[in-house]
Amino acid sequence: MDMSYEAVMARKGEIMKRAIGIDYDEFESGSIAFDYERMMRETGYTLQEIQKIQSETNVGNTPLLELKNLTKLARKYAPKGKGARIFIKDEAANPSGSFKARRAATACYHAEKLGYKGVIAATSGNYGSAVASQAAMRGLRCIVVQECYDSRGVGQPEIIEKARKCEAFGAEVVQLTVGPELFYTFLVLLEETGYFNASLYSPFGIAGVETLGYEIAMQFREREGRDPDAVVVTNAGGGNLTGTARGLLKAGAQSKVIGASVDLSGLHMASDIQFNKKSFTTGHTGFGVPFATWPDRSDVPRSAARPLRYLDRYVTVNQGSVFYMTEALAQLEGIERGPAGNTSLAAAFYLAQEMDEDQIIVVQETEYTGAGKHIQPQLTFARKNGIEILIGDPSEEVPGKNIILPKDPGYIKAKDLDVDKLRKSYIRNCINNYKVEKVTEEDIKFLAEDTKSNEEFVKEVLDELGVKY
Amino acid sequence: MDAKKGDWVRIHNIVLKAGERSSNLPEDTQKVPLEMWVKGFLLNDEANIGDEVEIETYIGRRTKGKLIEINPRWEHDFGEVVPELLHIGRQLRAILEEDGE
Repeated sequence: MDMSYEAVMARKGEIMKRAIGIDYDEFESGSIAFDYERMMRETGYTLQEIQKIQSETNVGNTPLLELKNLTKLARKYAPKGKGARIFIKDEAANPSGSFKARRAATACYHAEKLGYKGVIAATSGNYGSAVASQAAMRGLRCIVVQECYDSRGVGQPEIIEKARKCEAFGAEVVQLTVGPELFYTFLVLLEETGYFNASLYSPFGIAGVETLGYEIAMQFREREGRDPDAVVVTNAGGGNLTGTARGLLKAGAQSKVIGASVDLSGLHMASDIQFNKKSFTTGHTGFGVPFATWPDRSDVPRSAARPLRYLDRYVTVNQGSVFYMTEALAQLEGIERGPAGNTSLAAAFYLAQEMDEDQIIVVQETEYTGAGKHIQPQLTFARKNGIEILIGDPSEEVPGKNIILPKDPGYIKAKDLDVDKLRKSYIRNCINNYKVEKVTEEDIKFLAEDTKSNEEFVKEVLDELGVKY
Repeated sequence: MDAKKGDWVRIHNIVLKAGERSSNLPEDTQKVPLEMWVKGFLLNDEANIGDEVEIETYIGRRTKGKLIEINPRWEHDFGEVVPELLHIGRQLRAILEEDGE
C-alpha cells in the first residue's frame, strides 16, 4: 500500500469511517448546515447512560470545593458589596487526574462495545493519560500520539510528564516533533492497527463532559439551594465548554458560561522555533480561537465541540497570572493543581470582583500536578528557552518573550475577546470552506444556532461578505 | 554490543523529510524533518546505538527505527527554584491579615 503523505491523506475518509464507526454524511445537508442535535442524539448516549458508563470506571462525582480564602482575597480588590463566592470542581479527583477521564470513559466504552481491540488518541494533553487509564480498566490496548519536541529534540516538560503517565497505564506513546502532519502518523497507526479513533471531538467524547455540567448544577442545588451564576471553563478545543454547557442546560440551569484561555497571541502553533517559547501547552488562545472559529478542523469530519454555540463570554488571561494563581491556590487553599487548568481560576478571580457578594462563580475543573507539570519546572523551562520572568503588570506580557507575574493580586485581569468578531470569523470560515455560492435558509438557521446569535446577525455578516442568500 | 534482545529501548525515525512536509507550515518548520520516537522491547538478538532495529512496543505492536537509548530515563523533574515565586505566599498571607481578621 502507498504510505506516502499524499496517499494516506487521500484515504482519510475511509480510514476515519472505519476507526470511529460514524457515517457523518447522514447528518449533512449538502451545504453549510448539518444536524448537530440529531448527530448528538443518534451517535451519543443519554445523560443517564453516561452516568452509568462513567460510574463503571470510577469517573465523575468529584468534590465541589469552596475557595474561601481566594474569595476573601478577591473581595480585597472588589468594590464594596462585590466579590462573588468562588468554587472549584475538583476534577483532578478523576482516575487519570483530570476531567478528560469523562471524555475518555465514553470513548473507551464505545470502542469496547463495538469490538475494537484498542484505541488511539492524538493529544499532547491530559486526554492521553485519560484514554490510557480508561483503556487499562476496559482491557483495551492504547496508543497515544503526541506532539512533544522541537527539532533540537527538546520537549515541553508538561507533555513529557503526560507521556510518562500514559506509559504508567500501559499505553504506547508515539512522540513527534512539531507539525500538523501528526495527523498523518495518526492515520497510519489507525490503518495499521484497526483501532478505534478515541477522538476528543466525537459525539460520545463531548457527551461524556455533559455529566460535569449536570453535576455542578445538582451539587449546587443540594448545597446552596440554587444554581451558580457563572461557570468559567478553560477553553482550548472547545469540548470542555460545549459538554459542560450542554450538561448545565440538561439540568435546566441558566448559569452564564464563560470561556477562558491563556493569551498566547503572536505565537504560531506550528512553528518549530516558537514551540518551546510558550509555557502553556493547552488552554490557550492558539487552540481556543482557531477551534472556536473553525471547529471542523479537528480529527473528525464534524466536531461535536462547538464552543460558539454555548459561549456567553470569552476572556483571556496572561501566563504570569495563571502561574501566580496556581501558587495562590497552593498557598491559601492548600491544594496543588494545574497550572493549565487554573486558567479559568485566574479569570474567575477577576470576574468574581465584578459580581455581587451573594453570587456564585464556579471554576469547573482542576487537573493533577506532577513533575514537569508544575509552575517551577515550567518556569525553569521558560527561562532556559530565553523567556524573561518578571514581576510587574501582566498586561505588558509579550507571549514568547516574557512572563510577567502580577505585582499583587490586583493586577490579575481578564480581558474580553470580542465574541461577535469570532462569530463573524466562524461564518466567514464556513463560506470559504464549503465554497457555497448561495447560502440556504437552513444554513442561516444553522449559523444562528451555531453562533448563539440570531438570523439578523447572520444576514448582516453575509451582507458584509457579499454572499447571496 | 550495547543492547540485547528484550531490553527496553527507544528508537527514532524520520517520518517526513524536510522537502516532504505539508506546504501549509511556517518556514522554520518547513526546513526541518518530522521526527518520531517510540519505545519498546528490542527484538534483534543484539544491537548497538545507531543500528536499525525492530522493537515490540508495550502493547505488542512491532515497529522499526534507529536505536538511540537503552532503558530510557525520564528526565523531567520539579525544576530549579524560581526566586520570583518565593514571595507570593507571604505576600498573600500579609494581604489577608491586613485588617486584623
